[in-house]
This record gives sequence, C-alpha cells and structure tokens, in this order.
Amino acid sequence: MKPVFMTYTKKDLINLAVCMVLSVLVIPTFITTEYWYTSILIPWLCLALATIGQQVVMGYTGQLALGAAGFMAAGAFAMFNLILRVPDLGFVGSLIVSGLIAAAFGILFGLPSLKVRGIYLMVATLASQFFIIWMIDKFGWFKNYDSSGIITAQDIVILGKPFTTPLAMYFVCLAVTTVLTLLAMNMARGSTGRNWMAVRDMDIAAESMGVSLLKTKVQAFAISAFYCGVAGALFAFCYLKSLEPVAFDIKLSFKILFMCILGGLGTINGAFIGAAFILLFPVLLNSVGNNVFHGAIDATIISSIEQVIFGGLMIIFMIYEPLGMAKLWENIKQKISLKFQSSNVKDLKSSLSKKS
Amino acid sequence: MVDELLFFMEVVVGGLLAGTMYSLVALGFVLIFKASATFNFSQGAMVFFSVLAFCGFMQDFNIPFVLAFILAALLMVVVGLCTERLVLRPLMNASEDTVLMATIGLGYVLEGLAQAAWGVEVRRLDLGIGDFPVPWIADNLKLFISALDIFAGLVAALMIIGLFLLFKFTKIGLGLRAVADDAGAASSIGIPLKHIMLLVWSAAGVVALVAGCMWGARAGVQFALVDLALKALPVLIIGGFSSIPGAIVGGLIIGATEKVLEVYIGPFFGGAIEGWAPYVLAIFFLLYRPEGLFGEKIIRRV
Repeated sequence: MKPVFMTYTKKDLINLAVCMVLSVLVIPTFITTEYWYTSILIPWLCLALATIGQQVVMGYTGQLALGAAGFMAAGAFAMFNLILRVPDLGFVGSLIVSGLIAAAFGILFGLPSLKVRGIYLMVATLASQFFIIWMIDKFGWFKNYDSSGIITAQDIVILGKPFTTPLAMYFVCLAVTTVLTLLAMNMARGSTGRNWMAVRDMDIAAESMGVSLLKTKVQAFAISAFYCGVAGALFAFCYLKSLEPVAFDIKLSFKILFMCILGGLGTINGAFIGAAFILLFPVLLNSVGNNVFHGAIDATIISSIEQVIFGGLMIIFMIYEPLGMAKLWENIKQKISLKFQSSNVKDLKSSLSKKS
Repeated sequence: MVDELLFFMEVVVGGLLAGTMYSLVALGFVLIFKASATFNFSQGAMVFFSVLAFCGFMQDFNIPFVLAFILAALLMVVVGLCTERLVLRPLMNASEDTVLMATIGLGYVLEGLAQAAWGVEVRRLDLGIGDFPVPWIADNLKLFISALDIFAGLVAALMIIGLFLLFKFTKIGLGLRAVADDAGAASSIGIPLKHIMLLVWSAAGVVALVAGCMWGARAGVQFALVDLALKALPVLIIGGFSSIPGAIVGGLIIGATEKVLEVYIGPFFGGAIEGWAPYVLAIFFLLYRPEGLFGEKIIRRV
C-alpha cells in the first residue's frame, strides 16, 4: 500500500497554518464589504482550482491542452442536473459526482494525447471545448428545457443549512479549494506526480523506465478534468449564480491557460498567484482609468490595453522566466534569505575576530 | 432525384469554396511553419489585425482602396519585423512549446492593439463583390453559388501558384527551404536567417490580410474572425503543417465535410455541428495519420 499522505516538513506545516489563519480568521474579520467576496475572493478560489486542473495536465504532465472551460461547463451543468434530479446526493455528493462526470469527459478527450503532442493535442482538446458547449446548448435536457438560456443556480444547502450569504459561500469555496489543493500537492509530490513529470520531461525515457504512458496520461487528464469540473460547479453556483454555456467559452479556457503559464508551470502556488494576477489586474487597471484619468479613457480601450499587457507579459515571461511568477517569487525569497545568511556569517566572523 | 443530386452538389460546391477561405488562413500558418518550424498561434489575430487596419485606413482616414491595402500590407511587414526582433530572436533556442505559448501571447497583443486603435464595433467591408448567387451559374447549371466564394477560390488559387513558384524556383525559396530543414546549417553556409524570417513573417502577414478581406466581406470585420481562424487548425492537421498544397486540400475537405454534415446530419442534433465537426474530424485524422496528408513524417529523436 502506497502512503496516501506525504510526510510534511515543518516548513509546509507553517505555510499551511499561515494560509489557514489568513483565510479563515484574518480575511473574514478585516474584509466586510460584500464586493470583495462576490467579485474577487470567490472567483479567485474557483479559478485557482481550475488552474490547478490545467497545471496537472500542462504543467506537470507537459500536455498542451486548451479545454479547461469545457470541462468546467460539464461540471457546472452536471451539478445543476444532479441537484435537480437526485436531491438525495446533497451538495457535497453532487459536487464530487459532477467532478467525476467531468473526469469522464477528460478521459474521453485525453485519449488523443497517447498519439499526439504539442499543437496537435491542442487541436484535439479544442474539440472537447466546442463539443461540450454545443452539447449543453443543443440538448434541452441539460438545461431542464429552460428556453431563456440562462438558468438560475439553486441555493447551496449543506446538511440542511443554507449557504447563501457571500461570506458563507466564500467558506464553501475555501473548504473545497483547501481540500483539493492539499490533495493536489500530495499527488504532485508522490509517485503519481513523479510519473507525470517523468512523462513531461521525456516520455520515451519514462516509458522505458516502466512508467505506463497510457495510465499516466489518462490519469492526468481525468484528474485535471475533475478539478476543472468541481471548479466549474463552484464558479457557477457561488460566483455566477446562474448557468449559461456562453460563460464557459473559449475565452475562459485561454484565461485559465494564461493563469497557468504566468503563474508558473508545474507549481501549485503558481495557480493561485496566476489566478490572482489575471483577476486583479483588470480591476487595478479600471480603477487607474477611473481615478487617474477620470473616465477619459473608454472602457473598451482599457480592456484592449489589458489584453495587450497580458499578451506582452506572456512573451516576456517566455523569454526571461518560462517558469512564471511562482519562480520569480521563489527567487526573491532566496535572495532575501541569502542576504540574511550572509549578514549572519559576517556577524559570526566579526564576533570571532573580536574573540581572537 | 435530380433535384436532390443538384442540392447535394450545391452543398458540396458551396462547402469546397467556403473551404478555400479556411485554406487562406491556413496558408499563413504553413508559411511560418515551413520556414521556422514554429507554430504561429497568432495567425488568427494577424488576420483580424490586418483587416481591421485596412478598414480603419479606408473608413477613418478616407484613403482609397488600393492605397489602404498597400498601407495595411506595409503595416503587416512592420508587425513581422517587430515579431522577429522582439519575440522570435530571443526565443531562438527555446523549445517548441515555449515559442507556441509566446505566439499565443503575441496573438493577444495584436488583438488588443487592433481594438485599441480601431475600436470594437463590427465594420462592414465592401470588396465590390456581392455575397449572393451568381445569376449565370444559377440559370445554366441550377447551382446557387456565391460570387464571393468563387472570388475567394480564385484568389486562393492565385496565391498558391505564386507561393509555389516562389518556393520552388527562386533563390529566396531555396533559402527558405534550407532554413526550414536545418536553421543552424543554413546560417552556417551564409543564408541570412534574419532576412528569411522577416520575409516569411511579412508574407504571412500579407496572406493574413487577404484572408481577412475575404472573411471580412462575408461576416463583417469583427472579433469573431479570431475564432473563425481557429478552424484553420483542423485544416492544417488534415493537410499537414508543412505543405502548401496540404493547406488547400485540408481546407477543401473541412469545408465540404462540414457543410455536408451540417445539412444532412445536423438537423438530427439541432444543428450548428459546424462548430465542432472539423475538430472531431481532425482527431480521427490524428489517430491514423498524425503528420497529415501531405506533411513530412514526424520523427522525434530521443
């Protein structure tokens, strides 16, 4: 029996404790405006979760995939139908099952990855994106024959208690994200993740060392789609509070791709950094536009500029730091700790020389 | 029976001609892939950027048609120059996937710049050729085929002949092929890599402009062009990434299959299967012939 949970170092536990204290105690006490929860924290957690899904397949397994939003849609609409048709499952049960349904799609559309890679695979995964959205759009059953096109998401009820305030929804997202992030970290550090990375670095070498390509790639796609599915369900139920296929179009897939790449390929914390950046940057740009130029710049121009900056950053990161912001953060930390160390060494030396 | 056959013919011919429009977009991809083995994901954005610039010159500055076209083409040369200098050269030794991701970024930059400079509203582009059935063909052959489709087909044919001649019979073409085969070896025997890259990117830009004009005349110059250009990807997979004839044949196959499926199978599923059918077709092609119909066999060294 392989150990399910890795042993954690002291540093990991401290990091976890700090994150938990920040998110459970500090944020709810200091942030009281609803805007922060409904427009920033909740989508941040949901998109970070989807980005972890993208990380699994792209950052860890090295397969260029571009269909995250399709799997998110699958998860969201599965959730809607499960709550509607199988109310006994409960919220958490439905969330897990809708993740599994998305994972089934992930396996189906991940199969081409056994034969092709790079841009070829990207096209194959684009098929999933367009197919899933089309399927939901065209078959009325998925939308419960609602003709308006936009369905209101049901209220979240866990164990008979409603979770409808922004703060409550934030805690729901936080709990799910925390559990899944810890799981992802475990997988990434354990034998599963090592297999993924072996396939990423050189698939033929990995295969000759006994790593099953079929198992590893299909597993990565399934897990990735599971994460995206759960993230999609949360995204629809906690953030959008409505379900429409258009919300999960190719643009969202690109957005998640950007979060993944800018955040740092092959890192879990990169997913959070990338998602935060892509979400917060437009907010920042808008407020600069409003406060500095007092609305003199058109909103469409601001969003175009935002696009130019994202694209430019992508190029710059590819040239100078292909491992993204997570690596940048790592470098900064290292520099600081080096500085401390060197000053410690100096102190030591000076104290030694005084003694002698 | 005859009517049914005629209708089928009409669907197929319409699809084939619409397919040439995809081919035009795919051609730009192939040019760059052939010369630098880079997959330029921003080709779709280049289509959008170039034709929006063209419309902008014509409609905002009242520049005459031909001059505006030349200006837009020159602008694409500048874009090519900047791309070569700022994106490709620093990434000379980076892996394929890294360059691909950088071109996705480049696509975003171009889309954003185009919209910032010329606005986001849909523009009409009038080439002087209507998007309606040609009366002569409709009367004599009883086929309803759009004049714009025929024009696009002719333009595509001309461009392919031109590019084919360029690649096959000129010194530049020889240089291009040498660079595509092995950039290091080519530069060591004195082929100016920089100039070749600049040339290829400019050519791809002009091809994008032509493709954009065709699409713009049909669907209006708008952001949706970028998504339409994504359909060039299955075209490339079917035709092969490094083959100009492949881009054409792939486009024709996608165009015809898409239309036939849409007309005959689509109604059973509520229509609009055009959106994903090409991609699924591409997946089947990938499983049996990953290098495409005309592509060179993919050999990976361990």
